[in-house]
Amino acid sequence: MATDLNILSSNINEAFSGKVVSLTERLGELTLVVNARDMLPTLLRLRDDADLRFEELIDVCGMDYSAYGSESCEEGKYLPDAPREGSRFAAVYHLLSITHNIRLRVRVFAEDDEMPILDSVTAIWPVANWFEREAFDLYGIIFVGHPDLRRILTDYGFVGNPFRKDFPLSGTVEMRYDAEQRRVIYEPVSIEPREITPRSVREENYGRS
Amino acid sequence: MAEIKNYTMNFGPQHPAAHGVLRLVLELDGEVIERADPHIGLLHRATEKLAEHKTFLQAVPYMDRLDYVSMMLNEHAYVMAVEKLAGIDVPIRAQYIRVMFDEITRVLNHLLWLGASALDIGAMSPMFYTFRDREELLDAYEAVSGARMHAAYYRPGGVYRDLPDSMPQYQASKIHNAAAVKKMNESRQGSLLDYMEDFTNRFPKCVDEYETLLTDNRIWKQRTVGIGVVSPERAMALGFTGPMLRGSGVVWDLRKKQPYEVYDRIDFDIPVGVEGDCYDRYLVRIEEMRQSNRIIKQCIDWLRKNPGPVMSDNLKYAPPGRESMKQNMEELIHHFKLFSEGFHVPAGEVYSAVEHAKGEFGIYMVSDGANKPYRMKIRAAGFAHLSSLDEMVRGHMLADLVAIIGTQDIVFGEIDR
Repeated sequence: MATDLNILSSNINEAFSGKVVSLTERLGELTLVVNARDMLPTLLRLRDDADLRFEELIDVCGMDYSAYGSESCEEGKYLPDAPREGSRFAAVYHLLSITHNIRLRVRVFAEDDEMPILDSVTAIWPVANWFEREAFDLYGIIFVGHPDLRRILTDYGFVGNPFRKDFPLSGTVEMRYDAEQRRVIYEPVSIEPREITPRSVREENYGRS
Repeated sequence: MAEIKNYTMNFGPQHPAAHGVLRLVLELDGEVIERADPHIGLLHRATEKLAEHKTFLQAVPYMDRLDYVSMMLNEHAYVMAVEKLAGIDVPIRAQYIRVMFDEITRVLNHLLWLGASALDIGAMSPMFYTFRDREELLDAYEAVSGARMHAAYYRPGGVYRDLPDSMPQYQASKIHNAAAVKKMNESRQGSLLDYMEDFTNRFPKCVDEYETLLTDNRIWKQRTVGIGVVSPERAMALGFTGPMLRGSGVVWDLRKKQPYEVYDRIDFDIPVGVEGDCYDRYLVRIEEMRQSNRIIKQCIDWLRKNPGPVMSDNLKYAPPGRESMKQNMEELIHHFKLFSEGFHVPAGEVYSAVEHAKGEFGIYMVSDGANKPYRMKIRAAGFAHLSSLDEMVRGHMLADLVAIIGTQDIVFGEIDR
């Protein structure tokens, strides 16, 4: 497996020289980072090049890096301790090559934090359709070129992007049946946010002197 | 002349053939489906977000509640992700126990699938047969973990405890007298391994029974042969995994291709379909049950001969033994820290996947060095399969929709997460 990864990483460096932002191997997994403007030609080549041939897209995962490494938690929201460098939102693509029996992770950061925009890969892998709808729903990442970008998991008429780190765990509205109005109504949440076990980050090599 | 136009129909979310809470908006031309738009998310519980607010150990029981018909397989992907990221070694006996319970779970899942999808198509009897045998496997779950379904048995570092030496017994009641109870308890006299061995000896006959009911059944074949055909190229583009991909003729099984735990030491075969229709996927799953039975047998043999620890001795991640905890200060501190603050996992990211009964079930875990995951993404096989429903049902009749939902083995716990 390790030699396969070495071959794969040299193939990738050869195929995308200049476009690779970083290519790292850790825990037997290879992670490629590319810029948002290069993503479509890169991913297309990853699928079609005979040495790469990633014919299956396993997963698209939205990411919000805003509270990475931070311990602050207020009212069920994770907040950054200090201003962060780098983009806030990213999409992580997990690719699988059935021909070569190898996996690759591709991470693409969306440049604008206020309005994260990435290209849709539905034309390359049709399975991306729902995965991108999910990332749009939960993180508010907009995928340009998606045929049908609607919310998928949250309620009809939901407001907000629930998996962003600054969205409270308990949500913002609760719903119940109101006997007087004889319909289901939405109200602001009544439960108090609480954190039983605080989040704590330890420095590297803690306890391993 | 009357104007003929398509009409839109709502299917579900409360429909017995919708396998949970699937709402479909169907555009029909007469009885032919022009377009199907699945509306999901009615069971969305934000498991991934909840896990971000729980320690690594507290998130294990949530895994059972994802795909609630193959509980331990979900746990397996999760604990493997934590172990890989933290570098925890799992004792070999725990690995065999996990493989055995993975296969028990696969049989459990396929039995429910077989009963339910045959029922959707109109065959009542398979449901009774499969639930009879499912019950025995759920008893194995209960014996080992105390819970029939939501076991929380796999833990980062191994399994919660070793296999029990005795099985719970039925008690005589108004419904079952002493003689009946004695007969029911016959297979429960020995240990869990004896009980499972007895089951594996009987189970191939049970599979033959299901096959007698369905494989050559004319109605079953009329409803499944040539329905929902997917070509191998299309199956890969649509992100199919597991029996859905193998039914289309692609030889792909993570247990063989990227073996985890001890699957590389075990002898078993991978069934593959030819046509890529619902009938082939049925045959693949039936054969998988037989192969799972073979795997369980090999695990029982090994587990009988090789006693040993079932939990890692790395006290930074695995809890200490009960006895040593009561006598030893150091162990007590470890125990307290593990169950209050939880363990810290080094910063990094990892993707771990298992060959789930439904396809590839993966956990993508990102840790920033805290006692809680920074981000956990669950890759559910059913999510990718259901997204292809529109393509699979186009041009089929309304009644075939039910056969196709059945063949996709949809469970909303994992799709909505």
